[in-house]
Amino acid sequence: MSRIITYAQALNEALAYCMDQDDSVFIMGEDVGRYGGIFQVTAGLQDRFGVDRVMDTPISEAAFVGGAVGAAMTGMRPVVEIMFIDFITVAMDMVVNQMAKMHFMFGGRAKVPMVIRVNIGAGRGTAAQHSQSFHAIFQHIPGIKIAMPSTPHDAKGMLIEAIQDDNPVLFVEHKKMYIDKGEVPEEAYTVPIGKAKVVRPGKDITVVATLNMVAKALTVAEEMAAQGVDMEVIDLRSLCPLDREAVLASVRKTGTLITADEGCHTGNMGAELAALVAEQALDSLQAPIVRVAGPDTPVAFSPPLEQAYIPSEQDIKDAVARVLEYL
Amino acid sequence: MDIPPKTVRELYRTMVIIRAFEEKVQDLYARGHIPGLAHLYIGEEAIAAGVCANLGDKDYITSTHRGHGHVIAKGALLKPMMAELYGKETGYCKGKGGSMHIADVNLGILGANGIAGGGLPIAVGAGLSCKMKHPGQVAVCFFGDASSNNGTFHESLNFAAVHKLPVVFVCENNGFGISVSQAQHQAIIDISIRAAGYGMPGVTVDGNDVLTVYLAAGEAIDRARRGEGPTLLECKTYRWRGHHEGDPNQGGRYRSKEDIQAWVENCPIKRFEQYLTKNKVMTKKQMQAVWEEVESEINESIEFAEQSPFPPLSEMYQDVLA
Ligand SMILES: Cc1ncc(C[n+]2csc(CCOP(=O)(O)OP(=O)(O)O)c2C)c(N)n1
Ligand SMILES: [Mg+2]
Repeated sequence: MSRIITYAQALNEALAYCMDQDDSVFIMGEDVGRYGGIFQVTAGLQDRFGVDRVMDTPISEAAFVGGAVGAAMTGMRPVVEIMFIDFITVAMDMVVNQMAKMHFMFGGRAKVPMVIRVNIGAGRGTAAQHSQSFHAIFQHIPGIKIAMPSTPHDAKGMLIEAIQDDNPVLFVEHKKMYIDKGEVPEEAYTVPIGKAKVVRPGKDITVVATLNMVAKALTVAEEMAAQGVDMEVIDLRSLCPLDREAVLASVRKTGTLITADEGCHTGNMGAELAALVAEQALDSLQAPIVRVAGPDTPVAFSPPLEQAYIPSEQDIKDAVARVLEYL
Repeated sequence: MDIPPKTVRELYRTMVIIRAFEEKVQDLYARGHIPGLAHLYIGEEAIAAGVCANLGDKDYITSTHRGHGHVIAKGALLKPMMAELYGKETGYCKGKGGSMHIADVNLGILGANGIAGGGLPIAVGAGLSCKMKHPGQVAVCFFGDASSNNGTFHESLNFAAVHKLPVVFVCENNGFGISVSQAQHQAIIDISIRAAGYGMPGVTVDGNDVLTVYLAAGEAIDRARRGEGPTLLECKTYRWRGHHEGDPNQGGRYRSKEDIQAWVENCPIKRFEQYLTKNKVMTKKQMQAVWEEVESEINESIEFAEQSPFPPLSEMYQDVLA
């Protein structure tokens, strides 16, 4: 049975389900207990599972992310909440040198089954240190899966999948999506990490998007359909594993690629997809690849500047117009 | 106590400006004039006022997400401050920083900071440049109880102590990091005891008693100026409002009404007013005049902010690199 719930509630259900199923699953983070997390993703879980399994941590990101690594290596399945992705930098050694390396470096003898939940995105007036979207940094670090669910449905299924996965998973949410609503089955299910989804099939122009850029791309696709342009919208859903086949298949069909992700232009997910297409499908291209992305600046506080920062539907339309010049 | 009456009156005025400014921000925020997050300093005014009264323009401070009080006490002007909160071009950071990032390097304000514990190493660095180039100048670092659990606290205290840097670490212990009480986030009561682990003096004082803060900070700052190294000064206090404006029930979800009320009774300004009256330093009428003066200054800052333009969109691409 499906019903309409929010993205935050969908995540909450996934956490509750996994904790119910497996007593090695536990949650750590700042204000995740009685407070329920600043975005209410863990609301009610401490009452249900107790203070040891839904643990408010000190402001010690290095200790609790590193602590999760150690707990994961010794039989637990920690789910860590970092309040804003911006603060993961405090724990970067633990993420990059420890969590991501253990399995390989120890010749496959250690597993690190943990999840780090983070959120990206501007739009809440919180300026340069609380609005970043630098998830692509982690794409450069082998050994970390990176999940990016764009709907409440995928949020629940991918989080269950992430918790059950034997690898470390960076679970990237968007802070503007927590109150988005959508259909979510009551029962448990998983959504694979590493499989993109064609959310709107089309034959003319390929758009590959992440998180809330998917909905923006779909809106533009509907508008363009009225003008006779048939856009294919792909929800990439994870940066690692990267579903290269899905992207290449679509590009081979349409001869075009537009990418849409909120991270800064330079080095973001679109750069990797552009390189992929250049390497493997260059002869299919009929138009330049266009990347819709945040500008290469920190996020400004001032509301008009912040709004201008966020990649918009108009930016996608501009990208489509640019591609159409060649078709 | 031989604090000059002029200083005493200035301490009062500073606290009143901070209180009145924050109450205005509270109102402006509620009415949707100020975007983003505003972490108010109401109830903690004695710390910023008492500490910064010992500092000159050439001394440095690093501040926190709850920074309005620190920067006002360090001499920030209300107009560019208010304009910054509005995100206007005339703000201290051209509207790019907002409430959590007010900075004026010319006044020695090395920035409020959105990262809990982010300011401590910066203060160490300012202490380094004081030691190398400007002996006699000091750096004061404000941070909260919960931020003392970030590794940066431990690394910074150790570094400053071993190199005898002129840094004063001022911990504002208001008993909470967002919803998490001190008892839930650390196994000690007096954070100042941590100083022993790094080889520097540690002092705990009543952070709602402005004269006590002033004197304790003065001693630590003088010590730093003399080249005798850092001090950890813990000031016990309480925040009256929620973690930020918009925190449900102003933090009523994790604190009892009785606790909040008890601390409101323990108001640093009310206590100081009683002292001023009793010791005949200021009359009620003089105090009232301070409030009125301050009120009009703040109103002017609001008018200034409201009339200022937003930065042009092109401003977004400026300042990324020097
Ligand atoms: C590294 C880091 N982790 C988490 C946060 C989120 N956060 C902002 S303020 C805060 C609590 C800070 O408490 P404290 O240091 O006691 O200062 P107070 O708010 O009480 O003045 C937290 C957890 C942050 N800004 N930076
Ligand atoms: Mg605190």
